[in-house]
Amino acid sequence: MKRRNFIYLTGMGAAAAMLPAIPVWGNEIPIEQSLEYVDPAVKKMLSDVALNAARSKGATYTDVRIGRYLNQYVVTREDKVENLVNTESYGIGIRVIANGSWGFAATDKMDKDGIAKAAELAVAIAKENSRLLTSPVQLAEQKGYGEVSWKAPIEKNAFEVPIKDKADLLLSVNAAAMAGGADYVNSILFMVNEQKYFASTDNSYIDQDIHRIWPTFFITKINKETGKFETRNSLSAPMGMGYEYLDAKPEHKIQTAMGVLYKGRYDMVEDAKQGAVQVAEKLKAKSVEPGKYDLVLDPSHLWLTIHESCGHPTELDRVLGYEANFAGTSFLTLDKWESKKFNYGSKEVDIVADKTQVGSLGAVGYDDEGVKCGKWDIIKDGILVNYQAIRDQAHIIGLDHSQGCCYADNWSSVQFQRMANISLQPGKKPLTIADQIKNVDKGIYIVGDGSFSIDQQRYNFQFGGQLFYEISKGKIVGMLKDVAYQSNTQEFWNSCSAVCDERDYRLGGSFFDGKGQPMQSSAVSHGSATARFNGVNVINTGRKI
Amino acid sequence: MSILTKEEAQAILKKVIGFSKADQCEVTLSGTSGGNIRYARNAVSTAGEISNMSLAVSSSFGKKTGTATVNEFDDVSLEKVVRRAEELAQLSPENPEFMPALEGQTFEEAITYNAETAAMTPDTRAEMVLKSLTVAKEAKLEAAGFLENSNGFRALMNSKGLFAYNKSTNVAFSVTVRNHEGTGSGYVDQSFNNLNKLDTLAQSKIAAMKAVGSVGAKAIEPGKYTVILEPLAASDMINNMFRGFDARSADEGRSFMSKKGGGTRLGEQLFNEQVTIYSDPMNPDLPSSTWNNDGLPVKKTVWVDKGVVKNLSYSRYWAKEKGVAPLPFSRSMIIEGGTQSLEELIKSTEKGILVTRFWYIRSVDPQTLLLTGLTRDGTFYIENGEIKFPVKNFRFNESPVIMLNNVEALGKPVRSGDLLIPPMKIRDFTFTSLSDAV
Repeated sequence: MKRRNFIYLTGMGAAAAMLPAIPVWGNEIPIEQSLEYVDPAVKKMLSDVALNAARSKGATYTDVRIGRYLNQYVVTREDKVENLVNTESYGIGIRVIANGSWGFAATDKMDKDGIAKAAELAVAIAKENSRLLTSPVQLAEQKGYGEVSWKAPIEKNAFEVPIKDKADLLLSVNAAAMAGGADYVNSILFMVNEQKYFASTDNSYIDQDIHRIWPTFFITKINKETGKFETRNSLSAPMGMGYEYLDAKPEHKIQTAMGVLYKGRYDMVEDAKQGAVQVAEKLKAKSVEPGKYDLVLDPSHLWLTIHESCGHPTELDRVLGYEANFAGTSFLTLDKWESKKFNYGSKEVDIVADKTQVGSLGAVGYDDEGVKCGKWDIIKDGILVNYQAIRDQAHIIGLDHSQGCCYADNWSSVQFQRMANISLQPGKKPLTIADQIKNVDKGIYIVGDGSFSIDQQRYNFQFGGQLFYEISKGKIVGMLKDVAYQSNTQEFWNSCSAVCDERDYRLGGSFFDGKGQPMQSSAVSHGSATARFNGVNVINTGRKI
Repeated sequence: MSILTKEEAQAILKKVIGFSKADQCEVTLSGTSGGNIRYARNAVSTAGEISNMSLAVSSSFGKKTGTATVNEFDDVSLEKVVRRAEELAQLSPENPEFMPALEGQTFEEAITYNAETAAMTPDTRAEMVLKSLTVAKEAKLEAAGFLENSNGFRALMNSKGLFAYNKSTNVAFSVTVRNHEGTGSGYVDQSFNNLNKLDTLAQSKIAAMKAVGSVGAKAIEPGKYTVILEPLAASDMINNMFRGFDARSADEGRSFMSKKGGGTRLGEQLFNEQVTIYSDPMNPDLPSSTWNNDGLPVKKTVWVDKGVVKNLSYSRYWAKEKGVAPLPFSRSMIIEGGTQSLEELIKSTEKGILVTRFWYIRSVDPQTLLLTGLTRDGTFYIENGEIKFPVKNFRFNESPVIMLNNVEALGKPVRSGDLLIPPMKIRDFTFTSLSDAV
């Protein structure tokens, strides 16, 4: 499902009308079936059928992904459980190189004959398309790992938690919001388990078990007299965690004058309670005066700006033109990287790619072309130093190995370069949120993500948020509304003047980063501590119709 | 195997309903098969084929419903999936918005299927892409594009005697052509049910022409301009408006269709008089299914007539609550226009901006439907009825509702995605900043 459709389904006005027909990623299955796990020995046997069939038809390289993708979501509004969906998608995707060209075929017919036929079709497609090539595919060397496995380090498998407990949690979230004066509240718990098996002619057989969770809500309050309405969305982050994410202890809470913020774990009921108060404040908030402001951006907001303005433009496929027809290209062209002095941001800006970060959405042991994952610098002291690459691109930037950024969102999708977790590193000097606010003369403190838009080369962007607080002479003086900031990526990151220290470092992220044709969704996290940006252009988005 | 005929689908569904012991049972059977090619840097990058078929059973006891699916179709598997759905229904909470299944309905035969499109192969796709690549290479430009075809069927049966079947085909093509320096870019995007309506050669030439024509773009001040939106650009904006035609969110006070003081804007003059919008599943240029997921017949519906809101869509539950007839929403909308060509619209413009398409459109304020996004792949300055020069891309902040009040003229409608939509001349369109992106 496209991210915007999901957000719309779960959060906006038409949610209720559309929910009974909520699209599913796969087949709906009974709950207990989610707890079964396909034996790796069976998957190895099926993989070998595909590897042998492709080789016999002339493939020079083959990889096979057997995937079992489980999704569960519980959807509620006010005092009703609206939907409870359990889905499974199980099948095989076979990718080959023949005559120097890629070919791919996928099937859910998981018998030997069905798999062999799909492998043969993949080879036939590769051969057919080789006439459309300018040069053959060039893969970076990759040693085989033999039979290995990786499991996400979760504490509590969300699929083992009874449905009733989940429904009860959401209904108490809704009750807290309604008791606080909300007119409407939608809440949702979304859980994912990817059981992925990868095999290739490099002699790798990799079994992985990955978990993700996203609890979220959308509170609406209406002023019937004026006909105005406001919403306040949950400040949770989707995480690469189990159900333990919903078990917040005092050490996971950051108390601020404006409310509680969450680090690593989330208290959903508490956030709904404060959300109901804040949505009422939003209705009464002052409309912003457009102009230049110093912005203090919370990690629950900044993750999205990092995602759009740093994560995407440093994807090598975009830089090279492979995404030109859809997501676009990138302003971070190879010459800027080769110069070793392109000032992406100020000296405060260190940005790191990390596919191993515990609890992050992108954490895996191996990527979807069998490369062991790692961590590397993207922006160092403000300078562009690296990109995100996969096996067939590595040679273009002089690498002798892939950086492990390959991902497919399903067995039926072909894997390609996707964003690693890309994060702004915390500041080295001690600095708290309160210090940041104290140091600002005229500014806006923004919490939570909102509207987001950026051009196809990642220069010009505009972001909204959930909560906007006016800062005057070092103090919060009230709430603002109709706020969005517009900037240029390079100008914006060069205006970064201070980042809070590691005590404030938190992850945000998305379940639905869309890219590719046919479009695929990928889940990715972005960490940061609260950061300050000087003199950013703020516009007023209020209109009358 | 993935695409069943009406009779084959009906036979499987009857068997499944026969296994049911629930108060009510609803079964959906669907399958697709299709393929795609993606290319970039003037060469193929990825390509693939996928096929699948699955059956979903929803069983209900009272107001409790469970759903289970399967992709095996022998008798044992079919009976098992019915039992699983029934078990799940017993475990589920009651749904206060539960609606009993519909009685049998009559549906028109849809015109969404084309045999030649269904018969496309990897070879057909490669040939079509080759034409596009040839255009780019001969013009010393660089193409990145995508071609995808699909062939699918969907059937629905319930224990009250309702049966519906539809099959459809689709082919979609888009290409971005850029110059090697990266200073010019052009784009086209088309989809049809019928392969013969798609000409990848002619379309690629248009994209190439725009790529060359957009080189050397000048920066002009952002602000309010008269714009001519090509059908693609117009559909990018208007597509974001249709979800507001949901009666429930309007009644609840949380959509742009909500009225101050309560109620909806049904019957109000919300747009310029030139704006008429309707849906019609039997339109030969934009055919769609004649029934929806609930099994309700989908018929020609006027949503906006001469600027007045004529209908909002009602789910079966909300229709019952409000004591009205349910009205299915349609994704395939037809926006009426006039007879003028795009060239004629340009000719009648003293000063304005021609927009090929928009990109990265997001909602800024659901209350006013304010959207932000950017122009992309060919933006041009018009003076005294002529295109004078390419301009740098703009970010806009504009509402389609405001935009459809500021209509100067509408041209001849063409198909763009799921819409039939005219090029539009709009005054006072709000551009708020410049972008360096090409």
